[in-house]
Amino acid sequence: MSLGPETSLHDETTPTADAAQERDPSEKAIAGRSLKQIAWRRLKKDRVAVGGGIVILVLILIAILAPLLIKLFGHPFDEYHNDKIDPTLGLPLGKLGGISGDYLLGVEPVNGRDIFSRIVYGAQTTLTVAFLSAFLSTILGVLFGMTAGFVGGWVDSIISRIMDFLLAFPQLLFSIALVSVLPQTMFGLNARWARSIVLICVIGFFGWPYIGRIVRGQTLSLREREFVEASRSLGARSPRILFREMLPNLAAPILVYTTLIIPTNILTEAALSFLGVGIPPPFPSWGGMLSDALQFYRYDPMFMIIPGAMIFITVLSFNLFGDGLRDALDPKAR
Amino acid sequence: MLAYLIRRLINAVVTLLVVTLVTFGVFFLVPKATGSDPALLYVGKQADPVAVEGIRTKLGLNDPIIVQYGKFLKGIVAGRDYSNGPDITHCSAPCLGYTFKTNQEVWPILIDALPVTISLAIGAAVLWVLMGVLFGVISALRRGSIWDRGVMTVALAGVSLPIYFTGLLALSIFVYGLKWLPNAEYTPFIDNPIKWFTGLILPWVTLAFLFAATYARLTRANMLETLGEDYIRTARAKGLRERTVIGKHGLRSGLTPLVTVFGLDVGALLGGAILTEAVFNLRGLGYWALQGIRQNDLPTILGVTLFAAFFIVIMNLIVDLLYGVIDPRVRLG
Repeated sequence: MSLGPETSLHDETTPTADAAQERDPSEKAIAGRSLKQIAWRRLKKDRVAVGGGIVILVLILIAILAPLLIKLFGHPFDEYHNDKIDPTLGLPLGKLGGISGDYLLGVEPVNGRDIFSRIVYGAQTTLTVAFLSAFLSTILGVLFGMTAGFVGGWVDSIISRIMDFLLAFPQLLFSIALVSVLPQTMFGLNARWARSIVLICVIGFFGWPYIGRIVRGQTLSLREREFVEASRSLGARSPRILFREMLPNLAAPILVYTTLIIPTNILTEAALSFLGVGIPPPFPSWGGMLSDALQFYRYDPMFMIIPGAMIFITVLSFNLFGDGLRDALDPKAR
Repeated sequence: MLAYLIRRLINAVVTLLVVTLVTFGVFFLVPKATGSDPALLYVGKQADPVAVEGIRTKLGLNDPIIVQYGKFLKGIVAGRDYSNGPDITHCSAPCLGYTFKTNQEVWPILIDALPVTISLAIGAAVLWVLMGVLFGVISALRRGSIWDRGVMTVALAGVSLPIYFTGLLALSIFVYGLKWLPNAEYTPFIDNPIKWFTGLILPWVTLAFLFAATYARLTRANMLETLGEDYIRTARAKGLRERTVIGKHGLRSGLTPLVTVFGLDVGALLGGAILTEAVFNLRGLGYWALQGIRQNDLPTILGVTLFAAFFIVIMNLIVDLLYGVIDPRVRLG
């Protein structure tokens, strides 16, 4: 910050600017609640967001309890059940794609694998990939975004240029290409988890500029605030200012955009699996199931509708929850 | 202005170079690391070693990567010769090489695929801008009404639906169920404009629905922000008609941010609407991208990536130049 004639002017204007940026100052002043408490109260009142949150929790539970659920209600995900298939047509016996008490969501055409088990296992893969890639994007985005905003100068221009470049890059095409040339198994992992790791890295890497841009912008404005100056005049070094003073102030936008990047990641993972470069068969993924359904959807629509609906419900829940979280943390964005 | 234009053009060319270099590097280095050989892909696994070595020399696969990259660039600008002693194949500019599997020139394949993708992208873009902006503006003006809530609910559903699901749903309802529309197919506009239209209407609407949802949300948010500005209050206070306030003062700055997004989206789509083309079985750039990837065909992948990057860069450039026209604040001297 420069000293001299501007300083007094700056000092005069900051309180008003501060008040505008402070989230709900009156409430804070009277009740003395933290932003976390305020946001939590607002979020609880937002029924749609709570609904989305509950669906997300249920999905996470399903993913964690997958082996148990399959033992109780399903059949192994790669077990063939030819007796459930009409031998001449190759389609499931019974109505609605073979839905019955034994096969809760019916069976696949031709080989009769249990769709319920495949959906449950698919939830595991989808959520793991979506969460971890969002986590990776966030870490990279925060790291680079804060560095760019805080250091400034040529570091900022290089990082900003890289972010612009990545945002203007044929991402899906490149992800498909990259994933397809990598081997299916590695690090001694089976194809399912080896591919999941590749997907996490690719999706996470292309996602970081979205968060990076926001963090950079916020860091730029935080850098000029008094508390940073105060901290520095007390002798704090840059790492302390960055992580102890500024990072807590960035928590809200980081949380919101991490939540909102998860549904995008789910769609990307499903798209890659749909195009045949995601989770390889016989391991189930929702996108892969839709891809299998391409051949059969005219005759067995349930086979297409079930994985499609799962993707839709999951993505919608994350969007609803993310929107609610944003409104709760930043009422201006409503 | 001219200096700015030149700087932007240089920037665009550099971006293209970086994109191709990265793609080239990935497809050169990854097969090396995993031990697969492009020459083998070209002639097949059972080929005798002499033939493989011949192909390798002919394609220049023994050269260092930077030399290969240089030859690739030269091929685009000036054409190149593939030679293996007496056996010379000339590939005239712009040359993107030959496909590994079918030994066809890549450039004409992609040029043939281009009209499909352009038809798809432009048609959908017109629809989604009209729908998205219209619904977004009305929602913003009738904020909190039933209409607003309805539109925003549909829009939220729209952004949560993947095209590979809605596309299949649309096909099974409108083509196979109700039989209202023919199956999606591409007919060149000059051959038969009506068939061109009916064959593409389903992909257009399906694709446009997803984008329109995003645009409606964006438009609404931008309009609400703009309508809260002081100058809108001033415009109302000085007695302007509501129509002028919204139409002249509100829309202009409310819609400006959309131009950037629109340019990027159209640019990305022109480079191959991979998912849409896969669902509706249209043979555009996205189809060839997928073919190239499935068959590990480096020249095709490079070609499509180059096309895709080209469109994105060009659209970016156009958007930046347009910005000067529509937003006086960034007008360049």
